[in-house]
Amino acid sequence: MNLFWLQASGCGGCTQSLLGADARRGVLAQLAAAGIELVAHPALGEASGDEARALLASAAEGTLPIDILCVEGALLRGPNGSGRFHMLAGTGKPMIDWVRMLAAQARHVVAVGSCTAFGGINASGDNLTEACGLQFDGGEPGGLLGADWRARGGLPVINVSGCPIHADWIVDTLMALADGALDETGLDELQRPRFYSEQLVHHGCPKNEFYEFKASAQKASDLGCLMENLGCKGTQAHADCNTRPWFGVGSCIRGGFSCIACTEPGFEDPGHPFMETPKVAGIPIGLPTDMPKAWFVALAALSKSATPKRVRDSAVRDHPLPLPATKKRGRQ
Amino acid sequence: MTTRLLVGPFNRVEGDLEVSLDIADGQVRSAQVSSSLYRGFENMLIGRDPLDALVLVPRICGICSVAQSAAAAAALAAAAGIAMPANGRLAQNLIQATENIADHLTHFYCFFMPDFAREQYASEPWHAAVAGRFRAQRGAALAEFLPARAGLLRVLGYLAGKWPHTLALQPGGTTRSITPTEKVRLSAVLREFRAFLEEAVFADTLENVAGVTSWPALVTWADVRGGDFATFLRAAAALDLHRIGRASDVFLAVGAYPGDTGQCFPAGVFDGRSGQRTAFDPSAITEDVSHAWLAGDDALPPARGETRPMPDGKAAAYTWCKAPRYGGQVVETGALARQVLAGHPLACDMIAGGASVSARIVARFVEVARLLPQMERWLAAIVPGEPFCAQWTAPEAATGIGLVEAARGALGHWLSIERGKIAGYQIIAPTTWNFSPRDAAGQPGALEQALAGLPVAAGDPSPLVVQHVVRSFDPCMVCTVH
Repeated sequence: MNLFWLQASGCGGCTQSLLGADARRGVLAQLAAAGIELVAHPALGEASGDEARALLASAAEGTLPIDILCVEGALLRGPNGSGRFHMLAGTGKPMIDWVRMLAAQARHVVAVGSCTAFGGINASGDNLTEACGLQFDGGEPGGLLGADWRARGGLPVINVSGCPIHADWIVDTLMALADGALDETGLDELQRPRFYSEQLVHHGCPKNEFYEFKASAQKASDLGCLMENLGCKGTQAHADCNTRPWFGVGSCIRGGFSCIACTEPGFEDPGHPFMETPKVAGIPIGLPTDMPKAWFVALAALSKSATPKRVRDSAVRDHPLPLPATKKRGRQ
Repeated sequence: MTTRLLVGPFNRVEGDLEVSLDIADGQVRSAQVSSSLYRGFENMLIGRDPLDALVLVPRICGICSVAQSAAAAAALAAAAGIAMPANGRLAQNLIQATENIADHLTHFYCFFMPDFAREQYASEPWHAAVAGRFRAQRGAALAEFLPARAGLLRVLGYLAGKWPHTLALQPGGTTRSITPTEKVRLSAVLREFRAFLEEAVFADTLENVAGVTSWPALVTWADVRGGDFATFLRAAAALDLHRIGRASDVFLAVGAYPGDTGQCFPAGVFDGRSGQRTAFDPSAITEDVSHAWLAGDDALPPARGETRPMPDGKAAAYTWCKAPRYGGQVVETGALARQVLAGHPLACDMIAGGASVSARIVARFVEVARLLPQMERWLAAIVPGEPFCAQWTAPEAATGIGLVEAARGALGHWLSIERGKIAGYQIIAPTTWNFSPRDAAGQPGALEQALAGLPVAAGDPSPLVVQHVVRSFDPCMVCTVH
């Protein structure tokens, strides 16, 4: 399968993340072994200048078949719909024109990262550049290609959101496409592959003991739960970061800082400082979405009153207090 | 007769780059370097909570994201007047050094070397060895480098949660303390990566590589050696890459990796033409927008800088990149500048006749060979159980400058806070220095100078020598225009 990769308005971080995939001979060999040929990639391909322009032209004409088009980065429609805030270097054409032309030829189109899926960080604030995603503008269907758009293979844009993506999310999406193993039922309502979006960041959270007892961190580097005070959205954000660690060992919360829900549309403008939890009458407004608030508050009050001293004290330190000794047992 | 050659999209760099060359009599007469993407991060930051900068600025660039975080954290720390505990400083050094080493080698293996594997060099005696190992995407070296890189990035998994775009770097240190067992595990990660460097990259110890003191000694060292660095050196010597790519020969470093006494790689400015070294003074920096699609008249110091896009165009403008100048001069920044200002004898020897493609590549390897042993020492100095982070309190009104060295060179963030919110934010990235356009005085930027005079055959649509010179700077265009 031919994979054609474009970099629109983004930071290139999803490609950097991809290169760090867990693969014994590297991710490029892994994709090649799955029958995926990377025919064009701005950061990795040999072609530059006139050779790269020739590849773009033949893909736009359809003489170079594209099985999968990956787009990485937001689509800048500004100023005034012209797309001139991002001209594809050397071509005299706005990137959004190239994306429309190549998407029309591709069998599958994959939005790599939250910028491409929803607009992402580029769309933050006043959004002067009129940044949007391929098929969404924030959480609203539409975007550059329109809500009804379908690729030649029949699927809408596949949104592998995340800022950046975990390498496995894109690798597994590409390999599933190569195997013919991804259909529309495999996508959630935001067109994200369910294999990673139907989990919460909260699942497998290393701070779970603190969460259970509502033993909360007060400041950066504290070990406690980050939800009550420091803005953590792990109980609401869809992703499997804590069951599929980064580089086999890390995640945002394992790194000691809050989940900012970077897989969700609009994460860039939360309406409050990222590292503070907005509260009403002392109660965080962003509670888990699928339980009654009153129950949550009641449970929290109960668990707070039952918190062991070790957990309560460890929550506001940067290294844990010793665990209680295991009870000695006699021989059976 | 002068002909114009447009090279773009200039691939295997980070971000969008277009180079326009005026060619006459087999030489580049003049060059224009253009960045064709505008995103407007500086304006997105205005009105935000100060700590929100730590979320936004890493997302300027996926390959320098930690450096952007570190610069923001340093600017915030300066504004709040807080200092970080020793563990926080050591952890930040380890995090930044990991990105720095990963970036240098990603540049070498993924971006720079594939040009030597091209068919145009098939008749060169060194080509056969290079082609199989360094071909874009398929070279055998990638099957060793990419897993080794992923292995090294576990340092960031432990200390920073993830990469890119971590929030672990804070004004007061880092969010993640490590336990004694994690410290042991990290030392195993560093040992594995040292083995990769000493086997695949250098075929020698890091200490021996860092101990080479001159270009002739390095050529002798590389003569019969295995390893990817020596393979490059033999090709580069055959192509005379140590004689091309000279820019302004004024080198700027803002200093990297603080310790108890000074920085591991110090700040300074070295003028290679006069041999004069001077102390670095941030107040000598101005940014000029005369050739950028940005509004403004006089060159401004970044503390008073502004970014007002003119998307409908502007006469004489050809890029979104500003033109930073140091005391009015065009400077070059990067690993070469850092190692020259650190007084490394090989780096100093390599610029005796002017900076070059080879000097820039060699300096990156010198830096890798020096940094990994330094990382081993920083890790050993971490004391589990001692604090990693000092508490931050937002000031109502303050200013702060954050200066760090990204892999690609000097990175500065100029922050002002009013009524508890960000009121001003200006960024000068390494490639903004290196790939700047002309200024109001008509001085071309560093790359524009390095391209002038290059021999280019008439009708060659993509001269490889241009590819080598441009990539020798390891440009990061997304940082450049942020």
